Amino acid sequence: MSMMTPEIRPSAIARVNPVAKLAVALLISCALMLSIDWVSAATALLLEAVLLAWCGLNARQFWLRTAPVWIAAPFGMLTTVLYGQDSGAVLWGAGLVTITEGSVALGLAIGLRVLAIGIPGIVLLATTDPTDLADGLAQVVRLPARFVLGALAGLRLVGMFIDDWHSLALARRARGVGDGGGLRGRARRFAGLAFALLVLSVRRGSKLATAMEARGFGSDEPRSWARESVFGRRDVVVVALGLAIAAAAISAAVLTETWRFVLA
Amino acid sequence: MPAPTPRDERMTGARVTASGWGWRHAGRSRPAVSGLDLDIRPGERVLVLGPSGAGKSTLMHALAGVLGDDEDGDETGELLIDGIRPRQARGRVGLVLQDPDSQVVLARVGDDVAFGCENLGVPRTEIWPRVTQALDEVGLDLPLRHPTSALSGGQKQRLALAGVLAMRPGLVLLDEPTANLDPDGVVEVRDAVHRSVQASGATLIVIEHRVAVWQDIVDRIIVLDPAGGILADGPASSVLTAEGARLAAAGVWIPRFPPARPRRRPLPERTGEVLLSTAGLVVGRVPFARRQPVVVAEGIDLDVMAGTATAITGPNGAGKSTLALTLAGLLARAGGQLTATAALTAVAAGGPVRAAGRGPLRGSLPGADPHSWRSRDLLERIGTVFQDPEHQFLAGSVRDELAIGPRALGLGDAAVADRVDGLLGRLRLEHLADANPFTLSGGEKRRLSVATVLATRPRLLILDEPTFGQDSRTWSELVRLLAELLDMGTAVVAVTHDDHFVDALADARFVMAPAAGPASAGAISTGTIVPASVATPTTAAETGAP
Repeated sequence: MSMMTPEIRPSAIARVNPVAKLAVALLISCALMLSIDWVSAATALLLEAVLLAWCGLNARQFWLRTAPVWIAAPFGMLTTVLYGQDSGAVLWGAGLVTITEGSVALGLAIGLRVLAIGIPGIVLLATTDPTDLADGLAQVVRLPARFVLGALAGLRLVGMFIDDWHSLALARRARGVGDGGGLRGRARRFAGLAFALLVLSVRRGSKLATAMEARGFGSDEPRSWARESVFGRRDVVVVALGLAIAAAAISAAVLTETWRFVLA
Repeated sequence: MPAPTPRDERMTGARVTASGWGWRHAGRSRPAVSGLDLDIRPGERVLVLGPSGAGKSTLMHALAGVLGDDEDGDETGELLIDGIRPRQARGRVGLVLQDPDSQVVLARVGDDVAFGCENLGVPRTEIWPRVTQALDEVGLDLPLRHPTSALSGGQKQRLALAGVLAMRPGLVLLDEPTANLDPDGVVEVRDAVHRSVQASGATLIVIEHRVAVWQDIVDRIIVLDPAGGILADGPASSVLTAEGARLAAAGVWIPRFPPARPRRRPLPERTGEVLLSTAGLVVGRVPFARRQPVVVAEGIDLDVMAGTATAITGPNGAGKSTLALTLAGLLARAGGQLTATAALTAVAAGGPVRAAGRGPLRGSLPGADPHSWRSRDLLERIGTVFQDPEHQFLAGSVRDELAIGPRALGLGDAAVADRVDGLLGRLRLEHLADANPFTLSGGEKRRLSVATVLATRPRLLILDEPTFGQDSRTWSELVRLLAELLDMGTAVVAVTHDDHFVDALADARFVMAPAAGPASAGAISTGTIVPASVATPTTAAETGAP
């Protein structure tokens, strides 16, 4: 398994067009970015939890992939509670740290937001193959093929960076410049390695571009698509569900008068 | 969108004609190719030879229509495919390049083969039958969803060939398609090319400096003249008879004219003390974001003696490079013993004067395992030449590149200049002293990467596939240089697939193979030492050279 060919188990969500999944993730993120309150985030999270049951992901896969979000959310919450903007009654205080009703509410809002935005994003992207996403972006969204396929082919090179980095580091050790010099030497070596990797990547990239051009890529002739990206009724339903979650979250917050528009 | 191509249409090879054709790359004073007159008939199979710098690759890129436009260079004369300019003949021509890794476009085997068809606007219903047929022709029996990252070098080259064949070109161009492959990969690719051009009737043009690989497949050999035009042109056998000696001198591998082998001091005279010794050594690599190494080989017992050459051989994936990098003190061992003896750890008296502020190198090694040493401590003891020279280059000019090691040792300016000038002369790099290492040719890069290591005069030299993709001229220079070093008491350990190299230099062969059963992914290998005089089954007769 690798980044470019993720092992995607057959599941309901894996059959949805990646473009629909991307749209849902964007819709929910945008809606929740507009306000910082706990009601909208909690509503979105609750509705997502209900829908996750239909995704067909097994529990192990789900917890493994979303682990970073479960760690990030409490941290975000805690720091906001301790150091966030204070308002309302002081619940507890010691030196710089004051916990107020306001900072608790803000912390809760932030923690829930991280979860409500992070979980659908991760679940949707973890069940998407980059090649299928590129097909969707080019055929459904009609982004320029040259751009989408160039980016997809370039993404494959990223996997090689790790090996290149390792070889470059070994070669530096063999050349007698692999250690020493303390913290400054370390920083200088890191910069040197990063630059060498950049040079290597540019060279690889230009070779790849030649190989693609030699196979007829980048001409003005119309291109066909070996894999059809279909945006069907199922995909429309998925986008509609995303829209419904976003609308429900905003409505709940407005109705309970907790809506705090960030731009206001 | 073009109408579906009937099967018969692909049975027509393309005709290639050139009249007074030439190309000068922008910013160069000399043209890469000039005064070329050619007529290649449909369905002909042609091997193009010539010393490096004769413009072989330029011709191939021009035929493939990827040479660029007026901004990239100046064109003279005319080069036509079926009477039209190559840039307009997109889809009529398919090109396979040398580097297997930089030709894979997509993540799955089927998608990658389909890529060219898509660009030509072939209808979807026709693409997939073409993909299966092309994979079949190159003998890649893999599921369409198989990840391309899991392929071997030979498989990647066959995949690139399948991608070209699926486009149903009238002209197939191969630019050193087997230079970066091991002997098995070479045969795989050569056979796939043979099968597929026979089936399709396409015209074939191959560049390769290993004649033996291709001479039975091609009907015609064209030798390009670096001074412009063509040196020889005709049936393979007559061209090789007339021009063989001259081509061999220019670096082309010709079976009847093998490169000269250096005379050696007798083994007992030059064999010295043991420098490095292993007992039950286990080697492996730590994968990205893991802590525990994945073991690739174990139970390795090996003594490396001064003045002797050991060749590490075996199939791909047997852990040869991992072992070499572990012996070199670059990778941590995964278990067992690796001991540098006093003969290696004590740097010869009269060593370099240390610059103030740098600790002495002598007597301060933290242990007998080279991996525990500081980077600088390796320099005078173990030098490593990597498979890809580009990984080793650190400086903006050849001169600075050579000075890095001696400077890290703390040598004074005069001593550094002395060593650098000596090596520039010895390895024929003087005229390139101010050039950027990345702009050198393949052979020059190889010579430079060896020179950078020799600059610190290590007692043990470790080389990973030093002769990969080298022409016979660079090959014999390298072999002669290593023979001299061995005679002077340096120890050499080389990972290699090159039987000629083993025959010319190795005193012993360390053969690595999976401990039980045939090679399979994840199998752990082990190694045994075999005296080099023992005849080994060789593919050299078939593949000709490294």
